[in-house]
Amino acid sequence: MTDWTWLVPLPVVIPLFAAGLALAMYRRPRIQPIVSVTALSLVLMASVALLVLVDGGPLVVDVGDWAAPVGIDLVADRLSALMLTISSAVTLCVLLYSLAQGRDDDEESAPVSIYHPTYLVLTAGVANAFLSGDLFNIYVGFEILLAASFVLLTLGGTFERIRAGSIYVVVALLSSVLFLVAIALIYAATGTVNLAQLAIRLPEIDPGTRLVLQVLLLLAFAIKAAIFPLSAWLPDSYPTAPAPVTAVFAGLLTKVGVYAIIRTQTLLFPDGRLDDVLMWLALATMLVGILGAVAQDDIKRLLSFTLVSHIGYMVFGIALSSDAGWTASIYYVAHHITVQTALFLVVGLVERVGGSTSLTRLGGLARVAPVLAILFFVPAMNLAGIPPLSGFLGKLGLLEAGVHVGTPLAYTLVVGGIATSLLTLYALVKAWNKAFWQTPEVEPRPVHMPFGMVGPAAALIGVGLVLTFAGGPLYAYTERAAAALVERTPYIEAVLPDGERGTGESADVADEHDDRISIDLGGGHG
Amino acid sequence: MIDMTPNVALVVTIGVLFTAGVYLLLERSLSRVLIGVILLGNGANLLFLVAGGAAGRPPIVGVEPEGQMSDPLPQAMVLTAIVITLGMTAFLLAMAYRSWQLHRHDEVQDDVEDRRIARLAAIDERATADADTEEGSETLDDEAASARDETDDGLPADEVRR
Repeated sequence: MTDWTWLVPLPVVIPLFAAGLALAMYRRPRIQPIVSVTALSLVLMASVALLVLVDGGPLVVDVGDWAAPVGIDLVADRLSALMLTISSAVTLCVLLYSLAQGRDDDEESAPVSIYHPTYLVLTAGVANAFLSGDLFNIYVGFEILLAASFVLLTLGGTFERIRAGSIYVVVALLSSVLFLVAIALIYAATGTVNLAQLAIRLPEIDPGTRLVLQVLLLLAFAIKAAIFPLSAWLPDSYPTAPAPVTAVFAGLLTKVGVYAIIRTQTLLFPDGRLDDVLMWLALATMLVGILGAVAQDDIKRLLSFTLVSHIGYMVFGIALSSDAGWTASIYYVAHHITVQTALFLVVGLVERVGGSTSLTRLGGLARVAPVLAILFFVPAMNLAGIPPLSGFLGKLGLLEAGVHVGTPLAYTLVVGGIATSLLTLYALVKAWNKAFWQTPEVEPRPVHMPFGMVGPAAALIGVGLVLTFAGGPLYAYTERAAAALVERTPYIEAVLPDGERGTGESADVADEHDDRISIDLGGGHG
Repeated sequence: MIDMTPNVALVVTIGVLFTAGVYLLLERSLSRVLIGVILLGNGANLLFLVAGGAAGRPPIVGVEPEGQMSDPLPQAMVLTAIVITLGMTAFLLAMAYRSWQLHRHDEVQDDVEDRRIARLAAIDERATADADTEEGSETLDDEAASARDETDDGLPADEVRR
């Protein structure tokens, strides 16, 4: 069997089916976890298989066999397969962690029967956004994951979560409307929403119009990716959610925005006319974010601010728009998803053992839970970019790419990146010292840490270390992914082999439309 | 060739919807924000209709002559967008109601943590208190004097000084 395209829709389809099944099982809290763990394990396997397969060239599925520009297509190329693999590994680890937490705690009165279906829908939405080869389908993917994230963020509907949730929901809806407006205008200008066809048609339209479209798309994605000055919503809303939810949000949701920026900037707007603006935005995101982190007292908020700050690194790589820049940026996204999620999971354990997330109140945890100290230390150093770890490799790649471009602005960004890295180190070491070494007001009681929680957190840190040790092959992979992105033709040719139509059935219908009855031009959009 | 001249009435309506929507979105009360989101969503939907070009005959191949059909794709996308907006609106409404249940109003609250940090910075007080800096009143000089090294000839520091 040589045709592996049937693997492509699985990361979207499996979680959606499992979500339905889990919802139907809402009275059986024992079966629900089995359903979701099985589903996410299958997704992980499918993603890894895709990661290997698409190294030979992108795999394309025309959904429902409707040919590409009319119907929707799912495209797995190196970039999306890598994102899928990392995200499914992360979602699986977080799910296992939350299972152990749910078993051990009294659930803080949260309606847990809804947790599993929602979580599965979230992963389906993320996968859909990664795989989609159609702008409107990316919008649908965003909406799927946002709707699920609304529910997860406000689980239990407590005072604090409703306050944080209302800000999050309104900002997310606003960015969705912006995205919708951008899609409508793009359709008006080009008559298509298929990414590959857009890549062919956009260069033909008026440059002024094209710039407006680019700005609108960037605005919509920048809100999702939390790029300064559109980042203020993030540190307000994320820290109130339960630890596993915050972890998966911090790791994945902003990166979906970054992925969308990478995809649209490379495929649709390769002339990079906004690169200078993006450079300044990257610098501001890095510095404002990390200065915010330094000031924080709550460790979850501190990490949320470092999250905003490190989005700046990825935007830096995007704004360089050189091969090396894209390569480093993609590697950095992969690194940052794992390390940020791992940190939030460990902080969930810290909160459990220390009984607080306030750095003033925490203390002396090194004596009570030495394992936890190591679990926090490794990803913290990784995030700050201490040499052997993957954070160092990513940052080094970015700085090298910046120096290679060599404009004064790029050098400013290089200096800003180093300063941010040092400040990250300062903020995290301060957190480490306060949480683990300062004399606490009340000596913390030794608390049992279930292996089910420690295990997944450690596994995720392990994934981060794998990114380090397998840095060579992985970096080569992202290099090939970046080269394909810059070249653009592999993607376009895979979707539209003859430059006009995909390989679906409606291609034939359109050719000989007289003796057929109808073509559904909606092709499943409805 | 499709006639792409936009319908002025639709364009003006979109403008009005967006203006009112943005105004309402800037309010504090969640129910007003909700109406703002609905207006914005409808404005975007109308924009899709304009994007599809002028209205035409039903798009059924073989029944209608080609070139006089309206473009069905934006209509399909509008349908999807309407359904999504409906779901999101329902969620926002539920959240406004929950907010009213909890504190008898539906206004979006400020984040107090930011203000707390700002106040801490204004007081300019040391945030950390740990063993190294707090325990005992011994200074670094005292510590050095009482430490033993190879010049001590086995005698405690105090006796060497004497």
